[in-house]
Amino acid sequence: MEPHHYQHLYDILTHAQGYIFPNEIDLQWGILIVVYPFITGLVAGAFILASLERVFKVKVLKPTYQIALLTALSFLLVATMPLISHLSQPQRAYEILITPHSTSAMAIFGFVYLWYLMVVLLLEIWFDYRPSMVVWSNEKKGVMRLVYRILTLGVNDVSPRALKWDRKLGYIITVVGIPSAFILHGYVGFIFGSIKANPWWSTPLMPIIFLFSAMVSGIALVMLVYMIISYFRKTVIDLNVLDTIGKYLFFVLILDFTLEGLDQIQRIYEAEESFEIIKLLVSGKLYLTLFVAQGLVGTLIPLITLAFLQFYKHKIKVRKSMYLIVSILVLIGVYSMRWNVVIGGQLFSKSFSGFTSFKLGLIGLDGSLMAAFWLILPIGILTFLLWLLPPWKMVPEEE
Amino acid sequence: MKFYIPPQLTRLAIAFAIFISLFLVLRHFLVPDTFGEYGHYRGASLIDNALPEIHYAGQQACFDCHQDIEDLKKQDVHNDIHCETCHGPGQKHVLSGEAADILKPTGREFCGRCHSTNAAKQISAVFQIDLKKHNVNRNCLECHNPHQPWKMKK
Repeated sequence: MEPHHYQHLYDILTHAQGYIFPNEIDLQWGILIVVYPFITGLVAGAFILASLERVFKVKVLKPTYQIALLTALSFLLVATMPLISHLSQPQRAYEILITPHSTSAMAIFGFVYLWYLMVVLLLEIWFDYRPSMVVWSNEKKGVMRLVYRILTLGVNDVSPRALKWDRKLGYIITVVGIPSAFILHGYVGFIFGSIKANPWWSTPLMPIIFLFSAMVSGIALVMLVYMIISYFRKTVIDLNVLDTIGKYLFFVLILDFTLEGLDQIQRIYEAEESFEIIKLLVSGKLYLTLFVAQGLVGTLIPLITLAFLQFYKHKIKVRKSMYLIVSILVLIGVYSMRWNVVIGGQLFSKSFSGFTSFKLGLIGLDGSLMAAFWLILPIGILTFLLWLLPPWKMVPEEE
Repeated sequence: MKFYIPPQLTRLAIAFAIFISLFLVLRHFLVPDTFGEYGHYRGASLIDNALPEIHYAGQQACFDCHQDIEDLKKQDVHNDIHCETCHGPGQKHVLSGEAADILKPTGREFCGRCHSTNAAKQISAVFQIDLKKHNVNRNCLECHNPHQPWKMKK
């Protein structure tokens, strides 16, 4: 360390309050680690909504089934990218996949992803789209014909027997997929919940809280995407769809709120030795993101609005805009929740007597522009997928 | 009755077989050469970790030349604080012997980093003074020798 680095250390020390250890001055996990669980949550949530329609045969949600699956796929393709751009040696990121070890929590992630992407999501989409892709491959000309040919993997059989098997196998995949989606996101929560040195993270409830907030954000995202697609296609938004998604969102949000509340109540009642510093943390540095963004904007206002929408059935235009606002607010709330967990957990010292502070950078591999890029990219992928596999041009299924 | 295997399944089985074999082939070439040499990690990473330039020399390197300071420190509470805690990384100074290559911090602010009043710190562990009240216009070094802080200068 050159003297100017040494000076830099003293400069950033002025951002610290109270007593902290030297390795706690700089935060190791920045905004990209906030974006990562946010994106995986959207994947798991969107998928669970799609599965609801399929397994529990919720007919009303039919128009959102493929949208939800494609949303999950577009975000899943990007999900690991924030982690990789956060690494200082991103060119070695693949090593975690090819040299797994049962004692490394991170290395197992590679398999969770491979399973979820290859076995669950791609297969479910493939079985669902195969009959349509066969038809499209016959209708289209030139390159697109070839593309659809390749996508069908050459299985052109559209006999009733083959179609029956598409449905049957797709159903099996969905049934397997639900616990897989739970595992994928529960595992993200586990990564935090299992860090026993950090009292803000270490709780067995963490995987469950992550899972429910994932469902909340995924359902809100699909609702938003459905409205945006309808806007661009200039089709009428089916209010029954919004009402049904809204109802699910309402129930899951209640569960999520209750679970997070229980976690906090437990923490407050236990009042372990870490409690003093956590109290200072939430009433100080996390006040805006926890109480205002996550609690008020992201949870209470949407909850009250959704409760109101359960019996308010009059003006269609009002209801639509309320659903639009609720879905955006919920997404902001869940993003803040990820922020509060990831950043909040690193702001206080292990000595329980001091704080450091987090300064969000704009540029660089670990900056907010990079984070914004990883959040925008899946939207681009989704647009491409919707163009390649338009749900509204699918061949109607015979029951 | 002949057992029916849906065409989708056979085709997917082939696709998966191709994918898995491709993965195994890639894995064969991609696993770093030194992986597993000592344990479940890339052996060459030890060399990578040893590459960065050494900045801290360690207390013993200081005492090799500054025996007098060692004797002073031993007698007082700062004995547990290693030289480079205050003087900064010293390897460059060890190699060159130049006084310019080592920090000699002075000033009330510097001592205050540890010793200014802070309710979060135990006074029995770190002695604290209020910088705004304690001999305001004087430098700490006028009365205290940092190597032997409790033996007041005359």
